[in-house]
Amino acid sequence: MNTLTPSEYLPEKNSDTTRLTRNFRAEKFDFWSFFFSGLTGLATLFILGILATILLNIIVNGWSAISWHFVSTIPKKDFFDANTTGVLPMIVGTSFRVIVMTIFVIPVGVITAIYLTEYASHTSILTRIIRAAVNNLAGVPSIVFGLFGLGFFINFIGKNMDDLLHHPNAVWGQPALIWASLTLAVMTLPVVIVATEESLKAIPPGLREASLALGATKLETILKIVLPQALPGIMTGGILAVSRAAGEVAPILFTGVAYYMASLPAHLSDQFMDLGYHIFVLSTQSPNIEQTRPILYATVLVLLMLTFALNIVAILIRARVRKKLRALG
Amino acid sequence: MGIHRGHKARPGEWLAEKFIFLVSLSAILMVLLIFLFVAREALPVFFGQTNTALVQKPIPPDEMDKHTAAELEAYLEITPDQLAKLPKSTLRTMMDIKVEAQNDIPEDFRNDPDAHINTTEWKYLVAPHRWNDYEKPEYIWQPVGQIKKFNIIPLVVGTLKVTLIGLLFAVPLAVGAAIYVSQLARPRVREFLKPAIELLSGIPSVVVGFFALLVMATTLQSIFHYQTRLNAFVAGLALGFAVIPVIFSIAEDALTSVPRAYTQAALALGASRWQTAWQIVLPAALPGVFAAAVLGFGRAIGETMIVLMVCSASVMSWSVFDSARSITTTIAAEMAEAVSGGPHYRILFMLGALLFAATFVSNMIGDFVIHRFKNKLEGKR
Repeated sequence: MNTLTPSEYLPEKNSDTTRLTRNFRAEKFDFWSFFFSGLTGLATLFILGILATILLNIIVNGWSAISWHFVSTIPKKDFFDANTTGVLPMIVGTSFRVIVMTIFVIPVGVITAIYLTEYASHTSILTRIIRAAVNNLAGVPSIVFGLFGLGFFINFIGKNMDDLLHHPNAVWGQPALIWASLTLAVMTLPVVIVATEESLKAIPPGLREASLALGATKLETILKIVLPQALPGIMTGGILAVSRAAGEVAPILFTGVAYYMASLPAHLSDQFMDLGYHIFVLSTQSPNIEQTRPILYATVLVLLMLTFALNIVAILIRARVRKKLRALG
Repeated sequence: MGIHRGHKARPGEWLAEKFIFLVSLSAILMVLLIFLFVAREALPVFFGQTNTALVQKPIPPDEMDKHTAAELEAYLEITPDQLAKLPKSTLRTMMDIKVEAQNDIPEDFRNDPDAHINTTEWKYLVAPHRWNDYEKPEYIWQPVGQIKKFNIIPLVVGTLKVTLIGLLFAVPLAVGAAIYVSQLARPRVREFLKPAIELLSGIPSVVVGFFALLVMATTLQSIFHYQTRLNAFVAGLALGFAVIPVIFSIAEDALTSVPRAYTQAALALGASRWQTAWQIVLPAALPGVFAAAVLGFGRAIGETMIVLMVCSASVMSWSVFDSARSITTTIAAEMAEAVSGGPHYRILFMLGALLFAATFVSNMIGDFVIHRFKNKLEGKR
């Protein structure tokens, strides 16, 4: 930075202030500042460019291949044929596993978040361990969740259930929809906890104090005052968890997904077909990639519409919650 | 509390509180269970209880009682439970089959020195070995065929190669964008940019993998003219796409949490916006930015589908334009064909445990650094 001598920055007696301002501006223009600011701006643009390229490429190529027939047909064994194939079982399978997951993950995640914000003391070691565990759970690779699902849910819980219920053949001790959903529930637990916690913190403490002062117990305050206020945040958490889980393939590889099934999954112990896994199969195992390309793009577009619609809703709700949080200081 | 609140006991309230507390321990429980059950399936490898030697000294079924339970488990490749549950006659049949299998091994394999070694010993897992048909000691991962080779070094190299390419690509871009969004952009632009970049994390990794396979691979090959169409370079770049939102949001958060007094003081002293960002805010937020890179690393080595779709051959090579097979890919691709409870299955679980340990450590470092950083900014020790 240049230093100025007094004669430069003290206004001369007869000089007009406009000239001074102009000089000041001119001196402030610094090529390197401009250059590096531009560079970071370009980095931002580049990332947005990548996003736009991926989305446009998929939308342009996928739109023409999507039809009502495509999303409502159960394909025959050879699902690489562009004319007869459909993705109904995959849509049903993905939705089914995500819904079952939500039933498990939302209560556990919300209750944990309530404990962390309403009950736990912020300095206790246990709270810090819980937080560390949540952070760690968020960082565990998705394929490790798959191994966990196989080792714990299928080989341990499932096998023991079969023994207890005296099933001669494996009913629960094999890949099944319930195990895939539970694996995903463990994986998305941190998402729900973090989002719920954020929204619980955004509720003004005065509200709780008022309720307590009127004689409500802590539990009543949480159930009747805090939770209704936090509902948008809890919904965001659920939606983000669903959109994350809907696109994940690695955790379900060994825990429930099927390459092909002739019928829709009807029972929790059934295997299922899945959109993400189907994309993987279509793009790596197709006998003729040029012929499968349109249906591949269409399948990707269906999955993206599912996850993106959810994501955008979540982002909008979250932006509102954050604004509220900021207003509180 | 000093206030006399209730005039009646509230057992319901008390129970609910305990219940909430117990449920909140589920996160800890899950981390422990993941560790336990992934490690449990891998334990025999750590303790050297698996044996893949093709030619083994057969135990005659009549001498079954002379051997200890542990020896029989290793010999028959079964778990202690199974050994306890199976009736004697079934065990006998299994041992007969084992002896027959030994007799069926072709003569030329009997003379192969490789057929006599247990390839799941640690020295074969990590050190190069000169296999029968090879001229020099080599690192080989080849879990199929008569003699199964389980050297994990090519997988580790493949993982690091792809991850480093991804990070070299993602870190500068994401940190640059974070600086721009948090320091230089107008508030209104920022409101739009932040969610837009975070939207990138909403693209499922299987879709990024698909895009890399169908579009990027061909485009990049026509630009750089390399030999193998699907290689570590393409996989690394695609991996970068998946990691950018992670690094961006943590780095942006760190940069934003630098107190505004710093920025205002610098600007008041005549520094330009860029000078403030580069010389004041970035150094203050450096631990946070470092943590972002570490957490990005953890995310990158754990990414499965992208690398699985883009490249798969396990070649021992540091070259960027060769194929690479990462640890995650190996688990995903081979678990289906591995016999449950067999050596291959166990080694795949061991790889999973390694991966878990690696991400656990990188998460711990990242969180620790962020925690310290936030405390320091708030003036706590």
